[in-house]
Amino acid sequence: MTETFTSRPAAGLDDKSLLRAYRTMRTIRDFEERLHDEFATGEIPGFVHLYAGEEASATGVCSNLDDDRDSISSTHRGHGHCIAKGVDVKEMMAEIYGRTTGSCHGKGGSMHIADLSKGMLGANGIVGGGPPLICGTALAAKLRGDGGVGVAFFGDGGSNQGTTLESLNLASVWNLPAVFVAENNGYAEATSAAWSVGGGDIANRAAAFGMPGVIVDGFDFFAVHEAAAQAVERARNGGGPTLIEVKLTRYYGHFEGDQQTYRSTEVAEAREKLDCLKRFRRTVTGSGQLTDGQLDQVDAEVARLIDEAVEEAKAAPQPTRADLDTDVYISY
Amino acid sequence: MARTISYREALNEALMQEMERDASVIVMGEDNAGGAGAPGEPDAWGGVLGVTKGLYGKFPGRVLDTPISESAFVGAAVGAATRGFRPVAELMFIDFMGVCFDQIFNQAAKFRYMFGGKAVTPVVIRAMYGAGLRAAAQHSQALYPLFTNIPGLKVVIPSSPYEAKGLMIQSIRDDDPVIFCEHKAMYDTTGEVPAESYTIPFGEANVVREGDDVTIVAFGRMVSVAAQAADELAKSGVGCEVIDPRTTSPLDADTIIESVANTGRLVVVDESTPRCSMASDVSSLVAKEAFGSLRAPIEMVTAPHTPVPFSPVLEDLYVPDAQRVVNAVKTVTGWER
Repeated sequence: MTETFTSRPAAGLDDKSLLRAYRTMRTIRDFEERLHDEFATGEIPGFVHLYAGEEASATGVCSNLDDDRDSISSTHRGHGHCIAKGVDVKEMMAEIYGRTTGSCHGKGGSMHIADLSKGMLGANGIVGGGPPLICGTALAAKLRGDGGVGVAFFGDGGSNQGTTLESLNLASVWNLPAVFVAENNGYAEATSAAWSVGGGDIANRAAAFGMPGVIVDGFDFFAVHEAAAQAVERARNGGGPTLIEVKLTRYYGHFEGDQQTYRSTEVAEAREKLDCLKRFRRTVTGSGQLTDGQLDQVDAEVARLIDEAVEEAKAAPQPTRADLDTDVYISY
Repeated sequence: MARTISYREALNEALMQEMERDASVIVMGEDNAGGAGAPGEPDAWGGVLGVTKGLYGKFPGRVLDTPISESAFVGAAVGAATRGFRPVAELMFIDFMGVCFDQIFNQAAKFRYMFGGKAVTPVVIRAMYGAGLRAAAQHSQALYPLFTNIPGLKVVIPSSPYEAKGLMIQSIRDDDPVIFCEHKAMYDTTGEVPAESYTIPFGEANVVREGDDVTIVAFGRMVSVAAQAADELAKSGVGCEVIDPRTTSPLDADTIIESVANTGRLVVVDESTPRCSMASDVSSLVAKEAFGSLRAPIEMVTAPHTPVPFSPVLEDLYVPDAQRVVNAVKTVTGWER
């Protein structure tokens, strides 16, 4: 049942959609590269898990989704999913700095950025935490009959959690409008997916739950977009869930500070030969749909946005004692 | 108008009335209809102990059977709650929290605070707790203190049919996740319950009976055990004030403290094991807030710190009974410095 997608350049996408997709991928890349630098200064509290290298996945999937009726769950590596689902970039940056102007008023941090108004159920600090929630949002869409779709992003690590496998089954049994996107970046923390995922490809597991399983090249925006478009359309039309395995590479460690002594030279090679942004540029300029000038302009605008986001985040107010016990029922 | 109905019927009526009132209320769990995909009746069971019986017939699309996948369907209830529904998910036995706790305490409980107040998660998780049915160690625990320990959750423990109905309706209407703890040995207990819809607010204790000598705080099924002890003690002239907090989170600390200020003596009756329990929690509250009023050390009547035994002889020794409460009251009234 597992099928492998290959690139079909620019299929059905107009210039505006292509520019939007490029802007999203560029925003994720710059956001993460900048965080990599800023984290090294020691100013950012806690843990940060960067999505750089994986941009085509979040962007390719979410470019098929609507703000209001479609929802996603994410992972601890969630910045890319947030940006692709339309969460405000400046609020995200402020959240990562723990400031009151952040998406969650500084109470969530990098691992819990959320915007329910955008159907973004939060980055999630628990591996495998998201898929059950997406069964619920997909159920809500189904009961409401609004054609909405729930998308659960998880990693190769999350693919081995019982919660994920239970959710695949429940989505199948309830015939939910859900899409399960396994982002296989090759490592669960420092452990290789080649070792930890029994049975080889994650997508093969779809057959056991009676749903289509698809493997897609995560460096290829167009392949991801196309695979997700088919899955989302099937879900919207009552055809039930799909499992998409996106094969990709993360450019940084599991977390910032990870020395990555378990890896070889794959990142340098991926950056050089496979990079999704470079590939996208080659494709759309080669086909004549967009020019280098248009893309350069996006690069410049995004660079300014990220500069402002960091500046504003650093200048934003810290929470105060009064914020400690709001937004929760306190008894006692 | 009040009639005499059972704890089970009171819960069923609460669910029925709320489903009629609000189309966003949905019910899900293993065999909540019962018989999904099977050749017999469409709602063959209506829950393993019949609490959801009849709902499917009236609201077929809103009563969902689930696979035996607590993580998936409790999580689905939580997810649907973030998208405008008010799901009531049944965990069946509270002991099964072990296979889905992440969705309850790391997901549902955290959303509102962790997302800066931007999320509401109006989900109710029903669960049967308690010993007495010879169901042994994995189907008999009184685990409400574990949930009470988690900020963001509200924990409800009805002691009678009247409490069961009013607290269930309140739970469904509440915007926070609620753990609703039903004692499995109480489903056939009967009592007066108004036919119309009503709510009982969270965090408001019920003073079951008044007295000036000893305050007895009891939870869930232990409320009737405490009342029985109080009846017995009244014969010898000892006046017990029996307080049913009705919810462990929020906890009505004021009513407890005011009562102890009057009686000067406290006995806490809790079916859970003693460490980090409601008994120890209420004891520490009173020791801190009403120390000057205490005329005797506090007594805790709890289960022993053991798993629940199967043997009927041992299980009867395990669950606190009225005699143990009487003994505890005699200890605090007889105490001299």
